[in-house]
Amino acid sequence: MKRALTIAWLLLLASVPLWLDNLYVLHVLIMTGIFIVAAMSLNLLLGYTGQLSLGHVAFFGIGAYTSSLVSLGFSVHLLPSWEVTLDPKPVWLGMLCGTVLAGLCGWAIGRISFKVRGAYFVIVTVSFAEVVRLVALNWVELTQGPMALNNIPYLTLGTPDLLEVSFLRKPANYWLVLAVAVVSYILIRRLVASRAGRAMIALRENEPLAASIGVDVTRCLVLATIVSAAMAGAAGTLYAHYVRIVDPDVFLFIYTVTMVIMVVTGGKGTLAGPVVGGFIFGLLPETLRSLQIGPEVQWVIYGVLMVLVLYFLPQGIVPALRDWWSGRMVNGQWRMAAPHSPLTIRHSPDEAAQ
Amino acid sequence: MDQLLQHLLNALILGGTYALLGIGLTLIFGIMRVVNFAHGELYAFGAYMMYLWVMVLGANFYLALPLAVLLGIVLGALVELVLLRRLQGADIDTTMLVMIGAWIALQNMEQLTWSGVAKSINTPFPSAPLVLGAVSVSWNRLFVFVVALVLIAATYALINRTRIGKAMRATFQDRETAALMGVEIGRIHTFTFALGSGLAAAAGALLGPVFVVYPTMGDLASLKAFAIVILGGLGSIPGATIGGFILAFMEELGAGYVSSGYRDAMGFLLIIAILLIKPTGLFAQKERIG
Repeated sequence: MKRALTIAWLLLLASVPLWLDNLYVLHVLIMTGIFIVAAMSLNLLLGYTGQLSLGHVAFFGIGAYTSSLVSLGFSVHLLPSWEVTLDPKPVWLGMLCGTVLAGLCGWAIGRISFKVRGAYFVIVTVSFAEVVRLVALNWVELTQGPMALNNIPYLTLGTPDLLEVSFLRKPANYWLVLAVAVVSYILIRRLVASRAGRAMIALRENEPLAASIGVDVTRCLVLATIVSAAMAGAAGTLYAHYVRIVDPDVFLFIYTVTMVIMVVTGGKGTLAGPVVGGFIFGLLPETLRSLQIGPEVQWVIYGVLMVLVLYFLPQGIVPALRDWWSGRMVNGQWRMAAPHSPLTIRHSPDEAAQ
Repeated sequence: MDQLLQHLLNALILGGTYALLGIGLTLIFGIMRVVNFAHGELYAFGAYMMYLWVMVLGANFYLALPLAVLLGIVLGALVELVLLRRLQGADIDTTMLVMIGAWIALQNMEQLTWSGVAKSINTPFPSAPLVLGAVSVSWNRLFVFVVALVLIAATYALINRTRIGKAMRATFQDRETAALMGVEIGRIHTFTFALGSGLAAAAGALLGPVFVVYPTMGDLASLKAFAIVILGGLGSIPGATIGGFILAFMEELGAGYVSSGYRDAMGFLLIIAILLIKPTGLFAQKERIG
């Protein structure tokens, strides 16, 4: 029954380009899909390990820039006399490089910031994103700075003589994004159900207890960061070869905020949460735009909405719906539900550090 | 040599306002356990209030400064009463997310009210700088430095010499015991958040006329404040003071001798270095637990 429902959902999503004529709506759906992949990757960290990456857009942007640069080729002077040149490579290789490099950055950030717990990871990631943005803006020889990377090639698979699939048009891109989203979803589901995933949840709930039963806490956190960063990087490569122009604005903080809001509203620590939140906040800007509401008002609404969700639905929409569905909702139980179960003991970062 | 002296002087003067930012943030974290992502918005708010009083309403510069700080204190108290009061006892992640929401809402309200165009504020200071031998400093910056030092000294006196300061220190050391001894924790929280916000608004009101005022100016201020606080150790006021000066020196020398484009990356490098060498910060204070 449940399986049939999942397949029906997937078929419905996959059939969209067949019956939807409006290319603009399809474009909005593709962008929403890309953001859902990024939000899912953020959820792995925020939802399952309890660590907030507030610079997630850095991994997204690193994926986008790396993939574009590998497929465009570049030539830079690392020293005045030492020039490094890369000829254009196939797009799929670029996408692979982008994903891997984002994962490597995740590893480095995780290794450095998980030496101590608490707010450090948040602060390191948010400043990391700022530094990457400065590099993209200032290293003009490599990134073209504010002039942006243009004419990024689209993805083609196969060989020209035999069978070649090119992802230039919107329906093809839609299916590509859908495929990546489904793969990411399955990957996260398997990871969370695995031994490492259960260790992550254990340490989110009670880190000293998890450590006492032998969970290698730092290793788990770094692993989650690597997977999460690589997935965000993959979303970035999809973005680069679909939009085909990348400028330093991909590192804008508001994109990280969008991902955080998607996860928090949908329900952090649930598989469906980022998808539900992603659809809401992917489609909401278009609705607001049609109501003639400017971007500033939209962001004010986002900010207020985030605070309201944290007050009234601290678990997010998906868990609230699930409770409601299973009829366990006692009058007003989830209205001001405690953000964590009574069994959970939270420790302040300094206590954990000592 | 002269160039180096000039850089050092600039750094010293900038460091005072950085220290103000850092002290405000570290107080809020140390006493309330709130990672205040809206801190930079209070900084921007202070600068915009300065703009409102001086440029829009035509008030006297010296009168506008305390007014801007006062409004920052009021806004801080409001944020605490409306948003944080009900979250006492919630975990650190929830309050942090709430403050991120407040940050986004406040920043875009600023954008909505004042538009995205950068604004400059006129000052009553002469435009010719004060020349001291080989180095020179503008009168405005000198004023900023002196006021910042006075505010830092006043904050130290408030915390170490007054009754409410004693209550704040007690709350920092051990919240439950302080509550048992009759300290009203709620009131201390409101006071702390208002004080921290006032210091951030003061930094904004002081630096606004030196640079220009724009809606996203708070983002970098927040990041710098976090770097300062991590450098000094979360919750340490002397650490934040010295951290502010260290960051200013690094930025000024980095911009002067490495690359001005990466000036704002220095804070990040500082955080990484501290995490690699001494993760608890240079001046972390031990807390009593339990």
